[in-house]
Amino acid sequence: MVTTTYMEAGRRALAEEMRRDPTVWAVGEDLGRGGVFGQYAGMVEEFGPLRISDAPISEAAILGSAVGAALAGTRPVVEMRFADFALCAVDELVNQAAKARYMFGGQGGVPLVVREPMGMWRSSAAQHSQSLEAWYVHIPGLTVVAPATPGDNLRLLKAAIRSDDPVVYMEHKDLWGIEEELGEDEPPGEFGSARTVRDGNDATVVSWSAMVRNAAAAAEMLAEEGVSVEVIDLRTLWPWDRGAVLASVQKTGRLVVAQEAVSVGGFGAEVAATVSEAHFGSLKAPVKRLGAPRIPIPYAKPLEDMLRVGPDAIAAAVRAQL
Amino acid sequence: MSGPRPNLDLERLADRHRRMHRIRAFEEQAVAALEEGLVLGAIHPSIGQEACAVGAVGSLAREDLLLSTHRGHGHTLEKGASAVAMMRELFGREGGNCGGKGGSMHIADFSVGMLGANGVVGANINIAAGAAHAVRLKGERRIVCCIFGDGAVNRGPFLEGLNWARVFDLPVLFVCEDNAFAATTRTEAMTGGPGPAARAEALGIPARAVDGNDVDVVAEVTTELRERILDGGGPQFLWAKTWRLTGHTAVDKAAYRDAGEVEERWKDDPIARAADTLRAHGVAGETLSGHREAAVQEMRAAYEEAKAADWPEDRALYADVQDVGDPREAAFRW
Repeated sequence: MVTTTYMEAGRRALAEEMRRDPTVWAVGEDLGRGGVFGQYAGMVEEFGPLRISDAPISEAAILGSAVGAALAGTRPVVEMRFADFALCAVDELVNQAAKARYMFGGQGGVPLVVREPMGMWRSSAAQHSQSLEAWYVHIPGLTVVAPATPGDNLRLLKAAIRSDDPVVYMEHKDLWGIEEELGEDEPPGEFGSARTVRDGNDATVVSWSAMVRNAAAAAEMLAEEGVSVEVIDLRTLWPWDRGAVLASVQKTGRLVVAQEAVSVGGFGAEVAATVSEAHFGSLKAPVKRLGAPRIPIPYAKPLEDMLRVGPDAIAAAVRAQL
Repeated sequence: MSGPRPNLDLERLADRHRRMHRIRAFEEQAVAALEEGLVLGAIHPSIGQEACAVGAVGSLAREDLLLSTHRGHGHTLEKGASAVAMMRELFGREGGNCGGKGGSMHIADFSVGMLGANGVVGANINIAAGAAHAVRLKGERRIVCCIFGDGAVNRGPFLEGLNWARVFDLPVLFVCEDNAFAATTRTEAMTGGPGPAARAEALGIPARAVDGNDVDVVAEVTTELRERILDGGGPQFLWAKTWRLTGHTAVDKAAYRDAGEVEERWKDDPIARAADTLRAHGVAGETLSGHREAAVQEMRAAYEEAKAADWPEDRALYADVQDVGDPREAAFRW
């Protein structure tokens, strides 16, 4: 077993896939110097500048050229630095990458991974902090991954690189340093398979990405009060594990969805609606969504803290359902 | 305008004349089918621009890759796609190049290296640069040809994609097929500076400007630039100046141009020009009219076949979205 950070897990996944498959390559700004967070540190030394490629600050070209490189038989992994910057390449992702396989009648696929570090981190304010995962779930053709642990980052990034379709891969910046003991040989993960973080009988809390930590902390607090909470980490948002969520809520009769993103139009609404459609008659309390208010993310820490969904808020939501 | 040319090859020009007629006849047949309701969505004819398709795409090798535009029927035909499959695609029928799921603006035929038309102006530039990136990574000896219109030079991907091709020294030929109109607006009124070639040169990409209605000239320069790319010369740029003789779409009457101007431009029709040269060098008139008749017959047959073709099967609706996830989920219950 090796103590591995979330960031190192991503690096290890990419390196192992690049050793396995010579058509895998990575491109993005500053990759030759290890990437903006160090996720690519040391990789150019092993793989050379053609396969760990620097790029101009041209997000549309980074993503658009990856579409062409994928259609022409390679597997590019593109780095967007911050999820927010990927908005400079929306056409390339939404109109090109996501559509090519379908609109060309299955003649070719677009096996590319778009790494989009997401979320609030060190007072990064409105243009470097967003959680836009719901946008991508809305687009047919895209797979959306948001790992919460080093092990999932390792296994799901491998799966993303092996996928024959475009994957939006959202690592949370606040998780880079968290650690986990991982095996020497970790196989690719499975899309659409949730992880039960903690078993429980009184309520179900569904979350993903960094919010899973808060959900688990809330469950810990509630356990001390004698409330048994089941915590589910979705891991991938498209496809997502409806079966696991529905089975859990069938058991508990209560659902809280916790997300860092703006709650309005967020993925939590999809989870809540799905559960309501399937279990309306057997719910013991109204479904509750937790998320950010619909405001840009402020810089000042006290203000930023006000829009965070913390363990206290999650625990309070569960208590209100009992 | 064309004048005597030292390397005039009558047989080759006659073949190019024949192929331009195929494109013209395909599009005229498609426009007629649109009026009948058989072509379902918008089509963008390239009538008057056939010399660019035959000159540029016709000078590529089978293994070269091509990225085209919403006005790409001619490019696609010249790359080797079947006219029947293309007509079926325009009709939204089974057996179309994309199984009836793309239509005119998304035609692709990967089997002949045609990696797609594009409904978004300029979006194919970055894709082409990336395909060239793959060619270089895999060490293949072929080029990528990217054709776009004059409107595309005002989009961001023009800057990003050309710069990308230059800094990575990629084997890509950019062809700006300048038909003078960006949708229904004159491009010159909306374009700063001296134009596409100067912009390419500013990014370090050698550029050539040619008469885009002279099929031999377009072919000659394309061949030369292709060789230069294969010899390691990096990206090259061709600015082929032509003129769109009909509207932006097949239903656009193009009332924003006066009849006199259009009439004048018809005198420069690339097919007529090739015919004039051939006739002046003794090629029989019936040979030339035979090209036209054969093309019309071929496309009429394609029309008949497409008209008789089945619609796509229902299951095609859910096919080829992506490998994972059920696309029916959360839409409605079955």
